[in-house]
Amino acid sequence: MQKMPAWADVVLIPLISLLLAAILSGLVILAIGENPWEALKLMISGSVGSSYAWGYTLYYATNFIFTGLAVAIAFHSRMFNIGGEGQAMLGGLGVAYVCLFIPWPHWSLALIGATAASALFGAAWAALPAYLQARRGSHIVITTIMFNFIAAAFLNYLLVNVLKPMGAMDPATAKFPAPTHLPSLHDILGAFGIPFSKAAPANVALLVAILACVGVWLLVWRTRLGYEIRAFGHSESAAKYAGISPTRIIMLSMLISGGLAGMMAINNVMGEAERLVLNSTEGAGFIGIAVALMGRSHPLGVFLAAILFGILYQGGAELALWTNIPREMIVVIQALVILFTGALDNMVRMPLEKLFLAIRRGQSATTAGE
Amino acid sequence: MSTPAIELKGISKAFGPVQANKDISIRVMPGTIHGIIGENGAGKSTLMSILYGFYKADAGEIWINGKKTEIPDSQHAIRAGIGMVFQHFKLVENFTVLENVVLGAEDGALLRPTLARARAQLKKLAEEYELNVDPDALIEDIGVGMQQRVEILKSLYRQADILILDEPTGVLTPAEADHLFRILESLKREGKTIILITHKLREIMEITDTVSVMRRGEMTATVRTADTSPPELAELMVGRKVLLRVEKAPARPGDKVLEVRNLSVTDDKGVKRIKDISFEVRAGEILGIAGVAGNGQSELLEALGGYQSATGTILVNGQPIDLTGSKSDGRTRRDRGIAHVPEDRQREGLIMDFQAWENVAFGYHHRPEYQKNRFLMDHAAMKADCERKMERFDVRPPNPMLLAKSFSGGNQQKLVVAREIERNPDLLLVGQPTRGVDIGAIEFIHQQLVALRDQGKAILLVSVELDEILSLSDRIAVMFDGQIMGERMPAETTAKELGLLMAGIRGEAA
Amino acid sequence: MDLMTFLQLGDSTFRLSTPLLLACLAGLFSERAGIFDIGLEGKMLAAAFFSGAIAFVSGSVWLGLLAGIGASLALSLVHGLASITFRGNQLISGVAINFLAAGLTVVVAQDWFGQGGRTPQLAGAARFQNITLPFTEQIGHVPFLGPVYVELISGHTFIVYLAALCVPAAWWLLFRTRFGLRLRAVGENPAAVDTAGISVVRLRFVAVGICGVLCGIAGAYLATALQAGFIKDMTAGRGFIALAALIFAKWKPVPAMLACLLFGFLEAASIRFQGQPWPGIGRVPVQFMQALPYVLTVILLAGFIGRAVAPKASGLPYTKER
Repeated sequence: MQKMPAWADVVLIPLISLLLAAILSGLVILAIGENPWEALKLMISGSVGSSYAWGYTLYYATNFIFTGLAVAIAFHSRMFNIGGEGQAMLGGLGVAYVCLFIPWPHWSLALIGATAASALFGAAWAALPAYLQARRGSHIVITTIMFNFIAAAFLNYLLVNVLKPMGAMDPATAKFPAPTHLPSLHDILGAFGIPFSKAAPANVALLVAILACVGVWLLVWRTRLGYEIRAFGHSESAAKYAGISPTRIIMLSMLISGGLAGMMAINNVMGEAERLVLNSTEGAGFIGIAVALMGRSHPLGVFLAAILFGILYQGGAELALWTNIPREMIVVIQALVILFTGALDNMVRMPLEKLFLAIRRGQSATTAGE
Repeated sequence: MSTPAIELKGISKAFGPVQANKDISIRVMPGTIHGIIGENGAGKSTLMSILYGFYKADAGEIWINGKKTEIPDSQHAIRAGIGMVFQHFKLVENFTVLENVVLGAEDGALLRPTLARARAQLKKLAEEYELNVDPDALIEDIGVGMQQRVEILKSLYRQADILILDEPTGVLTPAEADHLFRILESLKREGKTIILITHKLREIMEITDTVSVMRRGEMTATVRTADTSPPELAELMVGRKVLLRVEKAPARPGDKVLEVRNLSVTDDKGVKRIKDISFEVRAGEILGIAGVAGNGQSELLEALGGYQSATGTILVNGQPIDLTGSKSDGRTRRDRGIAHVPEDRQREGLIMDFQAWENVAFGYHHRPEYQKNRFLMDHAAMKADCERKMERFDVRPPNPMLLAKSFSGGNQQKLVVAREIERNPDLLLVGQPTRGVDIGAIEFIHQQLVALRDQGKAILLVSVELDEILSLSDRIAVMFDGQIMGERMPAETTAKELGLLMAGIRGEAA
Repeated sequence: MDLMTFLQLGDSTFRLSTPLLLACLAGLFSERAGIFDIGLEGKMLAAAFFSGAIAFVSGSVWLGLLAGIGASLALSLVHGLASITFRGNQLISGVAINFLAAGLTVVVAQDWFGQGGRTPQLAGAARFQNITLPFTEQIGHVPFLGPVYVELISGHTFIVYLAALCVPAAWWLLFRTRFGLRLRAVGENPAAVDTAGISVVRLRFVAVGICGVLCGIAGAYLATALQAGFIKDMTAGRGFIALAALIFAKWKPVPAMLACLLFGFLEAASIRFQGQPWPGIGRVPVQFMQALPYVLTVILLAGFIGRAVAPKASGLPYTKER
């Protein structure tokens, strides 16, 4: 007998958790002397109030879809991949190499090449932690955190000493050549006669992200590999009994996870900056954790949560611009979302389960009485 | 009449939607051994855990020695003079015996004086009750029999007058169980009150003074042991007449299906768990492997099932199978006609958070009948397959969309057995097929096993329940310490002889 | 390398190892009790900010220290609530705490001081001062031992000595007292503790509380002793390195100290030889030195230097089995 209906688990609990996080965030804003209601209005108008605003919101959301899917697929095999940040950095490196050193005739081909390279580089960065977890039992949470630091140092070294063009001051690669520039949403929607802000960075990578959602859904719930990943995630001992190799599942799920995180680079590096700069990921890898938790590791949930975080991110930037609320407020909100949807899940769940049980008891009592 | 040592009045307890205890009342007289018997899931352990303060009752009263007593936690139970030996021991593995005994009963903030006093006390108790244990041994280094003594010592060190033992003989050889019963008798002579939870009728008849029977969370009867009989108790437990023996025709063994030659298994810690064993199973026979848990049976099943590396030779239908490398896994074994009902359905046989239809394909999920095309699985086919198997094996409720964990133990086991038997394997490995299963499902599963045998299939049955081995097997091998101590025909042996073999004593047969 | 260079290197090794050691011992108490804590970093960061801020406002480093401990304890409480009371995922709770600290410190710092997420510079009584141990005058002239005493042993802040004392104290507490016995038991098999009539919840909360206090001291040290004020993200991954040291030390106090000294030495050396050739090795890119502790940690975790076995119940919420 289920303790409560499925819709409560999938919809009600995340919504209540989100509400709690929002209330606490409001209190923080109140405490620093700003009006939470005004802040909320400003955030909403700044993130969805115009096509320019939407252009930024969707740009951020694209990043978060990739990193959220990355964390989600790892969750299915009960791996906690905190290394999305580093894997996305390496993905950026892959994009930079492909865009700088291969003469692409057209952006569409460049996009395919860059997607492959970013996935490959991201996956490669996840490979060693995955291998160490599978074969030597090294805790993947710690190793992926370490790999984030190592990636940052590695990219710092490459950008400062190797990839920086002669005579340039800031540690960044040269601008990518024009044929690799991706069409923005303005260009795409313009082709259908829909007006959209020209200045906003949202681009064709959003469509790739949506495709990735569909792909992950098919993979997890419709393929043998997905079946095995979920089986392993629920019970390693049972997976062994069934002839599912733990090493294979850990490696594959982490490689896919790293690849998805790396693919974020086609949005931020190729689509927006059009060159590789220092700290290009801006914490998007970590936001993937909140997005995956909030979205219950389901691609549709990840998609919706990513849009929500896109709104938060863009709205937060507007707040920092117009009020005394610094950008770091977003990190606070992100932390609260992780806390309530991830760690304090039972705080919301247990009272709800009791409630539903009581309702059901009441119902069966009345039926029995009739 | 004297006051009861324990009196429970109207105890009720629910876990979520499951009512584990319903309005239970019971009186236990001081200085007696009181048995509580019932099927798995009848609520015996829950009731005793409430008495020990491990769970809190939803309703009801506890009276100790004629005084109403609140027991909100184990600390209060200990203060009221109650000790409990749980079925799964509550010991800290990397602590010494001494440290485990004093844990929670220390004299003061510093350890040194406590340990010194406990050492002396332990020596005294050992002399009084034949409870010898090395106080400085680590728990992880001593056997389960010893660990159980530590648990008893823990209670005695806390000066318990009432001792609850939950299924204490499950991990013991018959000889060790006899020793335990002698200890319990001497404790009774000292005036202590003992409650023995078990599902074995034999133990009830052997040692208890009175017995209470539980069924589905309710107390159905309390009788003097001398006034009752095993069939009567069995009927009280199940609520209907029970067939205590399995009906089966003599076996007609055919060709060798499984041949094991010089098989050895070494675990991750480098301990040799199976030591160079050889045996065979023929078509149309059930080979029962008897033995106390932890003597290599689990490793044997794992090695045969393909998820424990081993050395030696295994032939199936005369062809060798790989024991190491990528071809040594469950999938390859299944392809070779070996099906496996594992010992622990919750940890191995099923994914508890998968729905029934996903579980019914588990281990066979790569088979062509479950695939829609090269990439995607055929969910409709899997669900239809599940419905068919549920009907044929009478799984209730017959709903493929339910999660495995929402079925009862017996129905979970039926799902596993259905999945494995319906594959029509040449060889079926079965571990503890009826552990935690109600009697109705036990009868059904036993019939299915015998039917499979009669179709000319080979069955290797591992069970720690000697009764189950004796009633199902056509041939019995006894394992002790990773070795096969000997083979017997069920008609030509006795429980006593097998018990000696299980303890590693060969006797005249050697 | 002459004696003076060596002593200076040793001196800064001690300074830089101190926060690692305190955080490492904090993690030790928590994990020995079965609560995995990757939120050491966040607790230190919060403590660093609040100690720096209160020390600046009040002018007293001691009030600052108290505020730092208080902030860290508050986060410990959140972690305890999530992982003990509500039996949530301890890793996720730790991640959340790290982000919470990273965000809140800057938000509050900006609101209070308006200096872009930092506190103003601390001076005088708002910082821990170096303590000159007795007899430096007299012993200072003795060859070798004199300079060792004066340069290496003497002249640290109070917290450095406190951290050093914490090592034997932690050992004694864990292995010689009733509390330690129970604490270790609850990290190995909480059911054994529960059935012995001891509250698992209370014991674990105490452990998490000790962890909070030690992290608080570590954070306060960063802002009020090692540096003069709080700056954004000033913990710079020290919480994770402490965690790595803990694994390296197999959850034992004395090896924990040695591991932290090693990591402290690496940091000291990379600062000392920044931009100049290393003795015997040559020029090393600064980024390599920055990455070295993390690379080393991965190598340690890979188990090539002995395999670490964590307390058995670490990371698992305790539920009475059914």
